[in-house]
Amino acid sequence: MAVGLPENIFITRLDAAANWARSNSLWPMPFATACCGIELMATAASRHDLARFGAEVMRFSPRQCDLLIVAGRVVMKMLPVLQRIWLQMPEPKWCISMGACACSGGVFDTYAVVQGVDRFIPVDMYVPGCPPRPEQLLAAVIDMQEKVRRTGTIMGREFVSRDTSTGPSPFDLQEQYRIEDSRLVQLGGFSAAATSTAEGDA
Amino acid sequence: MVSLAELQAQFGSGIAERTFRDNRFIDVPAEQLLNVLSALKTQFSFNMLIDITAVDWLDYEGATDRFSVVYLLLNVDSGERITVRAAVNLPDPALPSVCSLWMGADWMEREVYDMFGISFTDHPDLRRILMPEEFSAFPLRKDYPLKGRGERHNFPVITRSEG
Ligand code: SF4
Repeated sequence: MAVGLPENIFITRLDAAANWARSNSLWPMPFATACCGIELMATAASRHDLARFGAEVMRFSPRQCDLLIVAGRVVMKMLPVLQRIWLQMPEPKWCISMGACACSGGVFDTYAVVQGVDRFIPVDMYVPGCPPRPEQLLAAVIDMQEKVRRTGTIMGREFVSRDTSTGPSPFDLQEQYRIEDSRLVQLGGFSAAATSTAEGDA
Repeated sequence: MVSLAELQAQFGSGIAERTFRDNRFIDVPAEQLLNVLSALKTQFSFNMLIDITAVDWLDYEGATDRFSVVYLLLNVDSGERITVRAAVNLPDPALPSVCSLWMGADWMEREVYDMFGISFTDHPDLRRILMPEEFSAFPLRKDYPLKGRGERHNFPVITRSEG
């Protein structure tokens, strides 16, 4: 090399160095609310060993974490808690939605269960399955590392442009069609805002 | 064994009995519920209240009343069980609280209140027990839509740049 650097010095971009460090030491926040949480524990346990990918340090304080893993169904009463935990995590941070319930509500299409956390918080990676096998979660963590390496910047500039929600809207017209119970409309139970959105779409 | 004749002698013929296999059900008019239950506890030693729950009979064929509140009792010494039912109707379904007889009725009645909107007079602390305080409906009523009335939609959406 023309510059003649000593052997133990190499040149890189600051962003790439930060990404390399961050992606190999993700600290997950286990938001385990249901059966998927068991699979999350299995992923961290000795057989599947999440530690091989540097993500074994599960912290139960969101302020020490940078990867939120939503494992399990989230009910209406729990959603404000989930949002608060997400807001408490320091930047930069990412989110994995694990299992059918966290992604879409799964089979629990009832009054109390939120139909996918991506309606209310940003999600970077979806893991399908009920529950996903530990291998699938490992694959998601590896993909997450790849995403961090590709898009990460040391100042978190990549997040600034993501100022619109990418999930389905909290209330969409299709969902109203899916509600077979015609009494719902008769009783006029929808809030004014939701009803006007529905009319606007139609 | 508590016999129907004994109860009818004490509380009149408004009390009816029905059996299914070896389960006994006693239907009691709402006005007499507290008296009958306290007699069952003191005279017939049904000293344990297993559960209180309710049934919504909306659109049920042949049903005459909207709700039944169901009390499951157990005599711990003899192992005898009995089910007492009382009917209540809209617009203001209410029954006397049995907390004075069995302390354990406290949370059971709160659950029935939370899910069916049946209130219990003289209950020490009749609040919702499962649903959040600001929830306005009674989700186990049959005319409450399975997918809710928009409750699960009304949260702020957090985008990536603001979080
Ligand atoms: S996706 Fe399946 S395993 Fe996971 S929380 Fe839902 S029901 Fe449980």
